[in-house]
Amino acid sequence: MAAVAALTILRPGIMASVQDLGRRGLRQLGICPGGALDTLALILANRLVGNADGAAGLELTMGACELRFETATRIALAGDDFDARLDRMPLYPYWSVEAQPGQVLRLGGANRRGDKEGVRSWLAIAGGVEVPAVLGSRSTDLKAGFGGHQGRALKKGDKLALGLPRLDTQQMASRPFGLRAPEPGLDPDDGATVLRVMPGPEFEQFTVAARDALWSEPWLLTPRSNRMGSRLEGSELKRRRHADMLSAAVIPGTIQVPPSGQPIILMGDAQTTGGYPRIGVVIRADLGKLAQAPLNGRLRLQQVDGAAALAAWEARRLYLAQVAQGLASAGWPAPAQNLAEGVSSHAD
Amino acid sequence: MSGAPPRLHSLGEAALLCELPPPATLAQQQRIWALAHEAAQWPGVEEVLPGMNNVTLLFDPAHVDGVELEMQVLSAWPQLAIGAVQGRQIEIPVAYGGEAGPDLADVAAHCGLTPAEVVRRHSGGDYVVYLLGFLPGFAFMGGLPAELATPRRAEPRVAVPARSVGIGGEQTGIYPLVSPGGWNLIGRTSVELFDPKAAEPTLLRPGDRVRFVVESVQA
Repeated sequence: MAAVAALTILRPGIMASVQDLGRRGLRQLGICPGGALDTLALILANRLVGNADGAAGLELTMGACELRFETATRIALAGDDFDARLDRMPLYPYWSVEAQPGQVLRLGGANRRGDKEGVRSWLAIAGGVEVPAVLGSRSTDLKAGFGGHQGRALKKGDKLALGLPRLDTQQMASRPFGLRAPEPGLDPDDGATVLRVMPGPEFEQFTVAARDALWSEPWLLTPRSNRMGSRLEGSELKRRRHADMLSAAVIPGTIQVPPSGQPIILMGDAQTTGGYPRIGVVIRADLGKLAQAPLNGRLRLQQVDGAAALAAWEARRLYLAQVAQGLASAGWPAPAQNLAEGVSSHAD
Repeated sequence: MSGAPPRLHSLGEAALLCELPPPATLAQQQRIWALAHEAAQWPGVEEVLPGMNNVTLLFDPAHVDGVELEMQVLSAWPQLAIGAVQGRQIEIPVAYGGEAGPDLADVAAHCGLTPAEVVRRHSGGDYVVYLLGFLPGFAFMGGLPAELATPRRAEPRVAVPARSVGIGGEQTGIYPLVSPGGWNLIGRTSVELFDPKAAEPTLLRPGDRVRFVVESVQA
């Protein structure tokens, strides 16, 4: 079946790519999971347009992006909205609206309002972005150059097709509705993004001062951050003694400390093995918050144990179940997991 | 008997690191592969990631409790079937030196050998794939003859060509893709290390034995 262009990229912004919930089971071959950096945001956007949770959407970086719909569809934007407008109408985040052929979605640039700097948005479109699944996922592996749209970030003039929507024509054209955005988890005093972290395997190798600093001092999220890692700046984290590290697995959320003493939190596109000491691991429920934390903003790392991490994941599961129920009672299709992608506790 | 049991650490709430005491040896690594092989079949275990002298189990805490998994690892340890992972023998043809291996002369100078002797010894080695990581299909291999060890280059290259064969410290390896890299490049192979469209996307797997076969040598 020939794919019909349903979406044209007029301006991709700093970085736009096709992402779903990522690849599973291939890390032992050196293949990173990738996928939307905030899976909760992508899942919510997908559900708002009747898609399966694992349908592919667009991950947009720092706004300044424009795209045109070539067909009637339904869209939802999650994460930072960057004052998004569909033609002249504001498109609020976590709202589900109809888009008409020829309508243009525009996201403003970062810091336009002057009160904050946003980072990422996820756009879901009814039917999902239709690109071939490679190694079980439609996500773009930017480093290895495969998956997504031609294995690369989107460029001006790219045309994308959509899959079969799960909404009928009446649902597609129904009036706009929205969800309350998930709590961003900011410190009410200074606006810092608070991430819950479990001590990592090499935590004890660090000095008492370093371990204290990790939890008590604010960390700057530097603009040298990307889909591979969030680079933090703050106190130098020193080890008590130098011990050689052998290559070992790292996962998104792992906080590595290279010899500079400045931590790096690994993200979805990070390599699968590392050789730097792992002082901590951000819990799964907070990875999406990190993906949305403003550059040059503050992070605070809060020590938690495994039980707290599991409770946070359970809270997320309950929230998603409530959302599903709310959508169902509004006559929306029940959430589904894509057979191709599935939903793994790690990919998701 | 499998030797001292691994030390266990959490890597977040959904991953368990099993780490053997140093030094890393092939015998220890065989135990790692055997544990990985067995754990991959346990309910709730989603991925097994062999490292060097360690293995990390990614699990779904909704399906298996972390403490239960730790006990499973420790009770499986003494009765692992060490020979369970039988690697394949893979031959990798290499064009050594010249444009394909611009650092061959530097490696030879560092080692006090002629370039031809570096090629002879590199291609005479028996290598074992300990794990894959860094890039899709990139193999961390043991078995580089000690006299060929050469420190990484002071200035890493911005773009190492795909399929380059290099030496970095005490390791040798092949870059599957164009990538930044600091290893000394001694040659290039014509075989693909990574093909995302293939049923088996990587040429090499942990446990495989590798030999480099001289295709050509240019000083």
